[in-house]
Amino acid sequence: MSKSIAGPEIERLIQLLGKLPGLGPRSARRAALTLVKRKEALLAPLARACTEVNEKVGVCTVCGNVDTVDPCSICRDPRRDDSTIVVVEDVSDLWALERAGAMAARYHVLGGVMSPLDGIGPDDLNIRSLIERCRSGRVGEVILAVNATVEGQTTAHYITGEIAGLRADGIDVTVTRLAHGVPVGGELDYLDDGTLAAALKARTRF
Amino acid sequence: MTRPARDRAIEGTSRERAIEGTSRERAIEEISRERAIEEISHERVLESSLGERDAAEVLRAPGPDAFGRAPGVPARVAVTGLKLADFRNYAALSLELDERHVVLAGDNGAGKTNLIEAVSLLSPGRGLRRATLDEMARTGAGGTFAVAAVLDGPDGAVRIGTGVTEPDAAAGERSRRVRIDGAAQKSAEAMLDHIRVLWLTPASDGLFTGPAAERRRFLDRLVLALDPAHGTRVAAFERAMRGRNRLIEEGMRDPGWLDAIEAQMAELGSAIAAARVEAVACLAGLIAATREDHGAFPHAELALEGEIEALAAASGPAGAVEDRYRAILAGARERDRAAGRTLDGPHRADLRVLHGPKQMPAELSSTGEQKALLLGLVLAHARLVGATVGRAPLLLLDEVAAHLDGRRRAALFDVLDSLGGQCWLTGTDAAVFAPLGARAQVFEVAAGRVLPGAGPAR
Ligand SMILES: Nc1ncnc2c1ncn2[C@@H]1O[C@H](COP(=O)(O)OP(=O)(O)OP(=O)(O)O)[C@@H](O)[C@H]1O
Ligand SMILES: [Mg+2]
Ligand SMILES: [Zn+2]
Repeated sequence: MSKSIAGPEIERLIQLLGKLPGLGPRSARRAALTLVKRKEALLAPLARACTEVNEKVGVCTVCGNVDTVDPCSICRDPRRDDSTIVVVEDVSDLWALERAGAMAARYHVLGGVMSPLDGIGPDDLNIRSLIERCRSGRVGEVILAVNATVEGQTTAHYITGEIAGLRADGIDVTVTRLAHGVPVGGELDYLDDGTLAAALKARTRF
Repeated sequence: MTRPARDRAIEGTSRERAIEGTSRERAIEEISRERAIEEISHERVLESSLGERDAAEVLRAPGPDAFGRAPGVPARVAVTGLKLADFRNYAALSLELDERHVVLAGDNGAGKTNLIEAVSLLSPGRGLRRATLDEMARTGAGGTFAVAAVLDGPDGAVRIGTGVTEPDAAAGERSRRVRIDGAAQKSAEAMLDHIRVLWLTPASDGLFTGPAAERRRFLDRLVLALDPAHGTRVAAFERAMRGRNRLIEEGMRDPGWLDAIEAQMAELGSAIAAARVEAVACLAGLIAATREDHGAFPHAELALEGEIEALAAASGPAGAVEDRYRAILAGARERDRAAGRTLDGPHRADLRVLHGPKQMPAELSSTGEQKALLLGLVLAHARLVGATVGRAPLLLLDEVAAHLDGRRRAALFDVLDSLGGQCWLTGTDAAVFAPLGARAQVFEVAAGRVLPGAGPAR
């Protein structure tokens, strides 16, 4: 461990910044220095933004997205198609799909994938709430936009089975998944917007 | 689940095909674009230096293709520069090479195997010793290391760098980074676009007599060199299977979860089996076509054993193997629970080898016969990889030459030339490699240093 070269407050800032994805100790130092140097232009507004987000942010009780309003902005958006739900593992995947701008649909964030080895089962994820949303009768299609990993695909299979089980109650929801361009083992978050949009358009029935 | 498993199974396979299809198409598109550029420039060059008719004739004449290689001979990809930092017993090494074979001579413990182990990291996986990253980092250097190579091949010069860069990351997070021409790669598999590396080391000496798991790993390495997606599939299958074992062990409370995992295992397992069947068939075909009855290396006859592999080998409708395997798994839950693991699957396969000329199982052959058989197998595989990929693989032969008699050694060197790729050979005695003459560059390895050896200059 290198010895500290700044006061404890700045060291603390560096330490916290270093916990952000993509920032190692070295870049955290650079970021902190930039903030401190540009106190009025950057540090103060950032501090205010952090405080505000911290006061208001929460998990959407409908879809699992994070936002400062509940239900989230996407769930409230009247222009979106209620009959289609895109299921993603994580909020970052939701953001990636929104960036691609391919769908004006609703979302459902699972909050992870089923993994026996990590002790994560269906009840640890937002699967029940998805089934309940399907049960409402307004949903015609569920698009499984989970990653092409073993766990992602296992989860997709499981959800497909659960939704198929609704048919006994007279509820018929089509399940599709991304078809093209998502490499095996690939993670949505890393794909470029064009690939994502193409994958959404070319989805296939599960 | 009301929809028949069938439909989903077929869609599963077609999804995979669609994915493979797109990436292959993209690759082909790129290659043909490159080729078009090459051809046009060649044409221009020829046209400017010769009369128009002559140019057309030259272009039509059989001879080197646009990449400058003779028809039928795969392109050569050679390591022309190698730098190591804190790798094994090398604190720092910088080697300039040409495209000829590389001979590393030196005493026991000098660092010969270490050096070719570094080269083996130019392929995905853990290298030729299957070592951990910590083992490969030089003792006392803090856990980081780097291997950087310059390749010369049909793509021109390509720089590949790999190693471990973060010293203080938690053990689980430490992973091998790969950069190609300076750009960080998401997956080590990206290296396969530029180079395939094959090896044979004394660690494989007991391959035929040892456990099936070793032969299975050997087999999967054979497949991987032909089908880059194989490694990911095998790893994914193993992960899915460990998940199933865990669910079974914990009492199978959620059958839907088991269904979902078994569906994954069936999709991956049938693809693994099919890839193995195809690779073994291709290799067996090449061996049969090129075998010499009194050659230096006895030809091997190959048999792939395994329940799923047998299903895959029997021609049937697409998706049939997957459905079958899925049904097998679903029906064996109680038994597997009692056994404490999954008893059916591609993880139980074996590659059985027969000494062709003697029609004797390899495990019953003499020590020397087994060595020659294995070497012949690896050489045949190298030829197959070259023919399939269009680039001759880099071949790393650790302590192979010293154990051969003079006739076989001469035969080996000739085979290496005919394979068309660069080969790295190690041995304690440089004299063994004398017949290679100017076909190789010789280096003397001593205590983590590499000096030009007493070989003939080019
Ligand atoms: N992580 C490491 N750090 C430092 N030295 C190491 C490390 N791993 C292995 N070594 C040392 O590297 C030395 C050379 O090993 P290597 O296997 O390359 O020898 P070799 O030239 O192939 O010898 P032989 O002819 O006996 O096979 C060994 O003495 C070993 O102790
Ligand atoms: Mg050695
Ligand atoms: Zn919401």
